Amino acid sequence: MQWDIVIGLEIHVQLATKTKIFSGSSTAYGAEPNTQANAVDLAMPGTLPVPNEQAFRYAVMFGLAVNAEIERRSVFERKNYFYPDLPKGYQTTQLERPIVGPGYVDIDLPSGETKRVRIHHAHLEEDAGKSLHEDFHGMTGVDLNRAGTPLIEVVTEPDMNNAEEAVAFAKKLHGIVTSLGICDGDMSQGSMRFDVNISLKPKGSDTLGTRTETKNLNSFRFMEQAIAHEVERQMDILEDGGTIVQETRLYNGDRDESRSMRTKEEANDYRYFPCPDLLPVEIDDSFIEEARNSLPELPDARKARFMDQYGLNDYDAGLLAGDSRLAAFFEAAAKRGKDAKLASNWVQGEFSARLNAEEKTVAESPISGAQLGDLVVRIADNTISSAGAKKVFEALWSGENDSVDAIIDAKGLKQVSDTGALEAMVDEVLAGMPDQVTQYQNEEDPKKRKKMLGGFMGPLMKASKGQGNPKLFNEILVRKLGG
Amino acid sequence: MHNKSVAELSRELESGKISSVELTQQFLDRIKREDGKYNSFITVTGEQALSDARVADEQRAAGNATPWTGVPFAHKDIFCTNGVRTTCGSKMLENFVPPYDATVTANFRQAGAVCLGKTNMDEFAMGSSNENSYFGAVTNPWGLSQGNKRVPGGSSGGSAAAVSARLVPAATATDTGGSIRQPAALCGVTGLKPTYGRVSRYGMIAFASSLDQGGTIARSAEDNALMLNVMAGFDAKDSTSINREVPDYTATLNEPLKGLKIGLPKEYFSDQLSPAMEQQVRNAVNEYEKLGATVKEVSLPNAKLAIAAYYVIAPAEASANLSRFDGVRYGYRCEDPKDLMDLYTRSRAEGFGTEVKRRILVGTYALSAGYFDAYYLKAQKVRRLIQQDFINAFKEVDVLMSPTTPSPAFIQGEKTSDPVTMYLEDVFTIAINLAGVPAMSVPAGFVDGLPVGLQIIGDYFSEARLLNAAHQFQQVTDWHQREPQ
Amino acid sequence: MTISRDDIEKVAVLARIRVDDEQVSALEKDLGNILDLVDQLGAADTDSVEPMAHPLDAVQRLRADEVTETNQREAFQAIAPATENGLYLVPRVIE
Repeated sequence: MQWDIVIGLEIHVQLATKTKIFSGSSTAYGAEPNTQANAVDLAMPGTLPVPNEQAFRYAVMFGLAVNAEIERRSVFERKNYFYPDLPKGYQTTQLERPIVGPGYVDIDLPSGETKRVRIHHAHLEEDAGKSLHEDFHGMTGVDLNRAGTPLIEVVTEPDMNNAEEAVAFAKKLHGIVTSLGICDGDMSQGSMRFDVNISLKPKGSDTLGTRTETKNLNSFRFMEQAIAHEVERQMDILEDGGTIVQETRLYNGDRDESRSMRTKEEANDYRYFPCPDLLPVEIDDSFIEEARNSLPELPDARKARFMDQYGLNDYDAGLLAGDSRLAAFFEAAAKRGKDAKLASNWVQGEFSARLNAEEKTVAESPISGAQLGDLVVRIADNTISSAGAKKVFEALWSGENDSVDAIIDAKGLKQVSDTGALEAMVDEVLAGMPDQVTQYQNEEDPKKRKKMLGGFMGPLMKASKGQGNPKLFNEILVRKLGG
Repeated sequence: MHNKSVAELSRELESGKISSVELTQQFLDRIKREDGKYNSFITVTGEQALSDARVADEQRAAGNATPWTGVPFAHKDIFCTNGVRTTCGSKMLENFVPPYDATVTANFRQAGAVCLGKTNMDEFAMGSSNENSYFGAVTNPWGLSQGNKRVPGGSSGGSAAAVSARLVPAATATDTGGSIRQPAALCGVTGLKPTYGRVSRYGMIAFASSLDQGGTIARSAEDNALMLNVMAGFDAKDSTSINREVPDYTATLNEPLKGLKIGLPKEYFSDQLSPAMEQQVRNAVNEYEKLGATVKEVSLPNAKLAIAAYYVIAPAEASANLSRFDGVRYGYRCEDPKDLMDLYTRSRAEGFGTEVKRRILVGTYALSAGYFDAYYLKAQKVRRLIQQDFINAFKEVDVLMSPTTPSPAFIQGEKTSDPVTMYLEDVFTIAINLAGVPAMSVPAGFVDGLPVGLQIIGDYFSEARLLNAAHQFQQVTDWHQREPQ
Repeated sequence: MTISRDDIEKVAVLARIRVDDEQVSALEKDLGNILDLVDQLGAADTDSVEPMAHPLDAVQRLRADEVTETNQREAFQAIAPATENGLYLVPRVIE
């Protein structure tokens, strides 16, 4: 049987405010446990919440960026459940009147098509603390530093039909919130977390199947794997004539396994009701206009500009413009390097590969865009070969030296481009390889000839101690060997 | 000295006739000697009080005195006091010493007042008889001479009893459905529940957030005014606090009452009220007429639904407000929990008393799936109807007057078998909290040797007018000065 | 309105309060009485009445995003039932 896959996402986006949503405690990441958990965050008796204006500003900016209506009078509700990382015994969140109403995001598909994913709403809420399960004599330790960190939870319509689309949407959203500067986008620290709702239905059917929710995916890769895994799991069940249980599942990315956390029957009765400690929040036109005026360039606009300003193709521009830090890095490299296409290649090639290999974000990169730009300059003006450029890149990355030219000098990577000197070397090498010269000259097939040419390059590079300009060597060889 | 009012004590201190240390010691001695009969204090902070008194004496000597500098008083044990145990009448918080002050606590500290301790109360302010305290019931100073142990009312029963027994001249209190006015009435003292939002709730342990309001208990209206001067005001830490100018509540106490329009809600003079009680209230109203007020009957047609609405809204809010007491970060934790569920269910079963658990369960039920609309939403709609009744009434009159309670102080144990019988004790006070308007209870006579309270209800933010009306009444009556034997 | 033993047990789990059989019987009666009292609400005509969440028709103030709190872990954990290495300890939580 053929199946349609239906995917909706819920994305928790931690807002980059200085303080918590309802208290003046710092939200800085990485502090000692519970040193940023104060009376309000710990739900000490008698303490009361006072909302952070910046969280509302950020939520409004997000709403504007995804073409959504802003709710002028939003209300906080209490979602009641007990958990050690939830100090009040309820989460303060928004249900009936969330700050951001329906909107949409357009995503680019690898096929070149554009797809619209509708946003159902986005609401403000507080994050929970963290439970640490390493062994405290069989106990769990609770750190409440994160408790009360502002989140927006973005809920999409079930508009995506495969993992590729879901990941493209997730990346697009990541690009939007980081471009807005409302989230640091650092997924390894939990700044963005994805819940994926998946259901299957017979191809072409109008009726949605029973869905499952896979929670707390914190990388694009895990998200892609988890979707593939869940689709396969559901398909196996359905094709064996079984039924899908509506449930919440937990995916283990390291083992590519998932298991049920709770079924619908076990689901909590959250007893939502309006929080009596908080009043309705009214957002007026001037607040919205101020937020609108503070909107920075967003990925779509940036992509168009990259195509226009740097002559990049659609694919390269989309990739570089999608992530605000990567975009800034590229622009620094392109401006300094004066060759945008080459800069783009290096940013997407060597640079991105290296970040991935070391699981680093652009922000954690040891080299700057300008440094990469310097390298691009030296590649473009033939000072160094591409092999030499890789060596310079290595030296920059490892922090040996921060000047491209100094590295070139120190490592003697400057190419020899003096044709006289190069011709002398070619003469010498050819004189030492008479058999190969004859072979070459007797060969008629141009393809084989070209290949045989390579046989001379090794000794030539050796003779030049690796500094001969390979392009020039090639020209001279062809000329000397006679066409 | 123990019979003197806050205003009088303030003058004595100012004149140098007595020091705060001497005064504090006298009251501490009196508490030690007398409170065994009443159990009105949960914690007495003698050493701290004397140390604060010494500082107050220095402040006065240096000329930096407020009317409160060096004057002894007590806090209901619902207000968090930095470094002093705050129990809320519960085993759950038996050993809870907050490292922070409630805003009300900080305000009194700032004013230089000397806190002698924390008064007893119904657990988490849930009750109308003070029999729901983990620290034992409070006995009403009135009625002891007849050989009966009567309730002081609740939940601020400790504050009312302590003021009535002259253990302190004044005590803070809170009122969610009548918890200031009912005990004030039953103990023959004067109490004020301000407009919702007038006094900060920060650090005041929450029962029902949209109804709770901190207020005052003292013997005279003037002392209530002096207390409110310290307590009222905007607090950035409480989102429901109102940013509105605070008048000097003592400045208008002596305004004449001529022309004051009094409304008598006919629903509050029903057959729930004994003829003897009604007579006392009518006599008090007559005094007002003598002072130049006019009286007319008004109607609060939805008032009869107040108890029903209250017993949905208050338990619903409480069910969430009390979830934080989970044995994890502070407060009572059961012995040897075998797993997380056991930790929660046993800590809460053992740490909370019967009435608190009952209300948490009712509130949880009212909010649970399938019942939300029928209970919670319906109650909120009725709440608006009740509020509208008051708004309409205040288009016609300046204040409303009624009995505070349907009967005088009852004997301990008399109403504990059925919670609903106890709930009806607040039949005249509860609608006021739902509407959020201010109200007072003023001593207005006796029935069978037990005090009767007159309830005076005002429009939003009309505390000054209520205090003025009560003060003028107390210039021509002496009910508030009667001392229990 | 009556409330069943089942309902009481379900609500007690939601509220994380242990109740034994004897307590369930007492609660059945007490909660039943309270719900009877509350059922008077049904008599009120509340069509087209807006629910009232707050006594005053005020709107929320918002706070500037400035750090006002300092680390007071020691003071807060001094009153905690069980802590270790700055963490609050609870029985092992299994997700």
